[in-house]
Formats: sequence, structure tokens, C-alpha cells
Amino acid sequence: MIELLAVSKTYNAGRVNEFSAVREVDLLIEPGRATALRGPSGSGKTTLLGLIGGLTRPSSGRVRLDGRDISALSERFLTELRRATFGFVFQQFQLIRGLSVLENVMLPATPSGRPYREVRARALRLLDDLGLAGRAEVKTQWLSGGEAQRVAIARALINDPKVILADEPTAHLDSALSRQILAILADLRAQGRTLIVSSHDPLVFEAGLVERVIDMRDGRVCGAGAPAGPVLS
Amino acid sequence: MVTMNTWIERQRALIDFSVANLGRRRGRNLGLFLAYTLLVFLLASVVLYGDALRREARLLLADAPELVVQRLAAGRHDLLPATWLEQVEGLRGVRGAEGRLWGYYFDPAVAANTTLLVPSASLSTSPPAPGQMVIGAALARARGLAVGDVLSLRGYDGKPYAFTLAGVLDADSELVSADLMQVNAADFRAFFGVDPGLYTDLVLRVANPREVRKVAEKVLQRLPGARVIAREEMRRTYEAAFNWRQGVLLTFLSTLMAAFALLAWDKASGLSAEERREIGILKAVGWETGDVLRMKLWEGALVSLCAFLAGYVLAWLHVFYADAPLFTAVLKGWSVLYPHFALAPRVDVAQIATLFFLTVLPFVAATVVPVWRAATLDPDEVMRE
Ligand SMILES: Nc1ncnc2c1ncn2[C@@H]1O[C@H](COP(=O)(O)OP(=O)(O)OP(=O)(O)O)[C@@H](O)[C@H]1O
Ligand SMILES: [Mg+2]
Repeated sequence: MIELLAVSKTYNAGRVNEFSAVREVDLLIEPGRATALRGPSGSGKTTLLGLIGGLTRPSSGRVRLDGRDISALSERFLTELRRATFGFVFQQFQLIRGLSVLENVMLPATPSGRPYREVRARALRLLDDLGLAGRAEVKTQWLSGGEAQRVAIARALINDPKVILADEPTAHLDSALSRQILAILADLRAQGRTLIVSSHDPLVFEAGLVERVIDMRDGRVCGAGAPAGPVLS
Repeated sequence: MVTMNTWIERQRALIDFSVANLGRRRGRNLGLFLAYTLLVFLLASVVLYGDALRREARLLLADAPELVVQRLAAGRHDLLPATWLEQVEGLRGVRGAEGRLWGYYFDPAVAANTTLLVPSASLSTSPPAPGQMVIGAALARARGLAVGDVLSLRGYDGKPYAFTLAGVLDADSELVSADLMQVNAADFRAFFGVDPGLYTDLVLRVANPREVRKVAEKVLQRLPGARVIAREEMRRTYEAAFNWRQGVLLTFLSTLMAAFALLAWDKASGLSAEERREIGILKAVGWETGDVLRMKLWEGALVSLCAFLAGYVLAWLHVFYADAPLFTAVLKGWSVLYPHFALAPRVDVAQIATLFFLTVLPFVAATVVPVWRAATLDPDEVMRE
């Protein structure tokens, strides 16, 4: 259960370039469901995902995870949360160049202290599941967009998180690849994970993956956070 | 136990990542490694060399006479007459005086200068019997000689002189004994063509250290054209040139300078946007600031540790096996007494530890500090660059 209570995020507060990317958002996201943030570019989708996932702290308001106020957590616990509870798939993939696919996937597990063999085995299994068997040793800069996105998903899954946050997961892909990625996300959803995606790609909303759509504009949620979007099944 | 294992696994994973990370910027890290190896090499060479020299000097000077009197003729060291010996013997404060016989001999068999000398009569060991010779261990090794062998040397008149090897010197110090050949006085004079009334130089024993200066002045008054070398003077020269404290200071200063240069360089170039982005990614996927710093720490430690080992080993080889070609100039002053040094190899743990802390720590600090700022940023800010 993720709750947002009057969450705002203001960048450069008090300066001339002050900008409110998210304003007074109230939101309740139930576990095990697929939710989509929809809105035009600049409407605050990425910022909101960052607030939910503990990448950034709200300027005001609270973010609660299973009743616990995570906006008040120390950096250490927030990091722990990012590592163990949330899996991020970033808008620009954000893989590290020069490192292999396998190394990139194992990255979030590095500071966890889990045995190397175990992590490696899991990484290889994930790559296998995502159709990337045999690409483990390739340096990430040589991957195609679709491959890079799948590597990013594998990385998000390495610590077996309950919640997957995927920012524009189909943004750089053609229709066929987009459908492939959406199928993968549907699998994750079927495994019982909470899925939150941001997108303005119609394909995402037509795919039948999303149970609830939250429309955003200018940093605000339109429709007051009620299950507003069409539920396709 | 469980937490210990976790800790180890964690460090292992961080080291793994550090190694992979180092491999990504191979050119830059190789450059760093080479620069640092060179630095450690130079510093370690200075320290090892100074240390070994001071040790040799200590051994050498331990039973050296307080004063050595030589004769200069037109600026060159020349033989001096036995009358000089009589003239200085009577001086107040002089406890004993002795004429020495020694000379350099170029040995074609080993293509090196050796020192032929008559052992001091004041030493308990008696000089070799006529036609016999005692030589240094290094020389015996080089020529493949054992006791009882006969070696033939070409004298001043071009004729061969045969000596039977009666013994091999083993001294604590390579420097003292390495290139020595000892014969008795009569053989020496015949070999070099030195008349009975002449000596190579004189040595004076002075009982009271405070009188050494006075005695030296009197010797110069009585014997115009003499050069007097005081043991204290030699000792002080060494102390000044190779003082341990100076070595440490030198090391510390150079390291500081190097660390400073590195820091300045890193700061000047800044963390690249790429590096900042990467740190942002690491933090976003659940690395703590401390993990990022630890990873960089390992990176710095791996580079500087390898550089330290490489530099130290090279310095060791340079000083003890290559005769320190970089420093021979420093030695010129001393070659009046001894032509070349073969320093005894020695490993000093305290010295290694000192060098290690003075060189590795600043480097590690220099690599970690610039990362600190980026690592404490909010991950989402770094993500947007
Ligand atoms: N660090 C920042 N400093 C200042 N402004 C920022 C910062 N991050 C985001 N913004 C602004 O906040 C607004 C919302 O950004 P955000 O990335 O959340 O939008 P978005 O809906 O994800 O857009 P897109 O669809 O293009 O990804 C934008 O106008 C952006 O310029
Ligand atoms: Mg966005």
C-alpha cells in the first residue's frame, strides 16, 4: 500500500527559477495492481515516480509505504528501501557504459552482501527469462534499444522487489518491441508485484496491462486520484 | 558470524566492481599507475639508498681512525715520505700514528677496480705471509677463487706477480670488504714499485675527541701540502646528506606535492558528467553514499598498492642490484677513499611501513575526496543530467 498525502515537489525553491513539478498530490496505490501515470511531457510523471520510490524527498506532504512514513526516513533506510522494495526502470535505461550486461544487472545487489554466486545465478536466470541468454558478457553500449530496456528490467528485478517503477518503458521502442516489453511487465504483474508505469504512449493503455490510469497535468492529478482511467481486461 | 560473512561478501562484490570499473578507464588508470610507480620508485630509491649508505658508513667509520693525512701534489693525491710520520707522531694529543699502504688496481679478469692494501698493524690479525693474499668475498665469487688457488696480477712494471689465496674476508659490510685484496707490506711495495720510505697516507689516533680539530690544525701547520680528513667530518657529511629525518621529510613533502597535484588535477578536470551520472545510477539502485565511497576507496587502494609494490621493488633492484646509477653523482665525494659501492641488500619493515603510509594514504584520499560531493547528491538530480 502506497499513500501520498498532499505531496508537492518544488525545485530551486526561493530562487527565480523556482518550479513546482508536483503539486498537492493525494494518491492511494494498492499493492499487486498495475497503475499508469499518464500525462504530457513535463507534467511531473518522472518526478512523482521518484517521490514514490524514495529517489527524492517531497518538499511538503508525506509518502507512506505500508503505513510507514518514508519521507521522514534517514538516508540509510531510504537507500535500503530503494534497494530492496523498489525496482526502477529508468526513462533513459541508465545502464553503465563499459560494464557488461551481467555486471549492470548485478549492480543493485553489490552492496547487499549476498553471496556472489547466488546473485550471479539469479542475474543469469533473469537474463535468460528476458530472452537475453548469451548476451551477459556484452558491454551495454553495444545493445539495441529493446535489449537495453530488457537489461534495465533485469536489473530492476535482481533484488526481487515488491514494487516495479517503470518510467516510459516503451519510449524508445517500435511497436513490436513495445509489445514485447509490455508482455514482460504483464508477467511481473502476474507474479503479484505492484507495477507503476508512467507513459503517454497509447500502446501502453491499449495493452490491457494497466488496471488504473492516473492523469496528470502541470504537476497535478486530474480526477482527484480516484480510479479514473478505463480498466481494460 | 553471519554479519561477518555479509561484510566479506560485500567487500568482495565492491572489489569486483572496482576492478571492472578500473578496466573501463584503462588509459587513465594506467597513466595514474605509471606516474605513481615512478614517484614511489624515486622516493624509495632515495630512502633505501640513504639508509644503506648510512649503514655502510656507520660500519666503515666505526673503527676508522680519527684523522687521515694525505699528501696533495698539484691537487692530486700523492705518496708521502716516512718523515711525515715522524713529524706527526710527536704531536700533543696523538695517541698513535701509522703509515698506510693501499692503491687501486684495475683487475681485467673482473673488469673492475679493486683495492690492494696492507692490513693495519694495529689490528689483531697479522698480515698475509709473503706471496699470499686475502681477498673480499665478492671478489672471490666474481673470480671463482677458493683458498689455495693462485692468482696472477700484473704489477707496476708490467710483470706478473703470483699470489696464493690464503683466505677470504667476511665482513658485516659488503662495502668494507667487497673489493679488497690484502697483502703484506713488502709484497705491496714490490707490486706497486713503492720505495720503502713512502706511504700512501697516514692515520692518526686521537684520544680526546675534542682535540681532533686542534691536532688537525697542527698537522696542517707542520706539513704544508697535506690534506687532513677527520672521521667526524665524514660522519657529519653523511648524516647531513642521508639523514633519516630528512628522508622522511623529503618523502612526505614530495608525496604531499604529488597528492596535491593529483587533487588539483582531479578537481580541475572535475568529475565528468558521465561519472556523476554513474554515481547517480548507483545511488538510485540502492547504493549508499558510503558504498560509493568504499568502491572508490578500493579503486584508489588497488592502484596505489600495486604502484607501491612495483615502485618499491624497482627501487630495491635499482639501489642494490644496479648500483643506483641515478645517484652515482652523489657519491663522487667519497670515492677518494673507496672507488665504488656494492650496498648490502636489506629490508626494513619500519621503513616500508613509513613509505607505505606516506605514499598510499594521500593517494587514496586524493581519489576519494572529489567523489564525496557527487556521492552525497540526491540521486534523482544526478539522474537528470
Ligand atoms: N532538478 C530539476 N530542477 C528543475 N526543474 C526540474 C528538475 N527536474 C524536473 N524539473 C521540471 O519538472 C517538470 C516535470 O518534470 P518530469 O520529468 O517529472 O516530467 P515528465 O512528466 O516525466 O516529462 P516527460 O514526459 O518529458 O518525461 C519539468 O518541467 C522539468 O523541467
Ligand atoms: Mg519523465
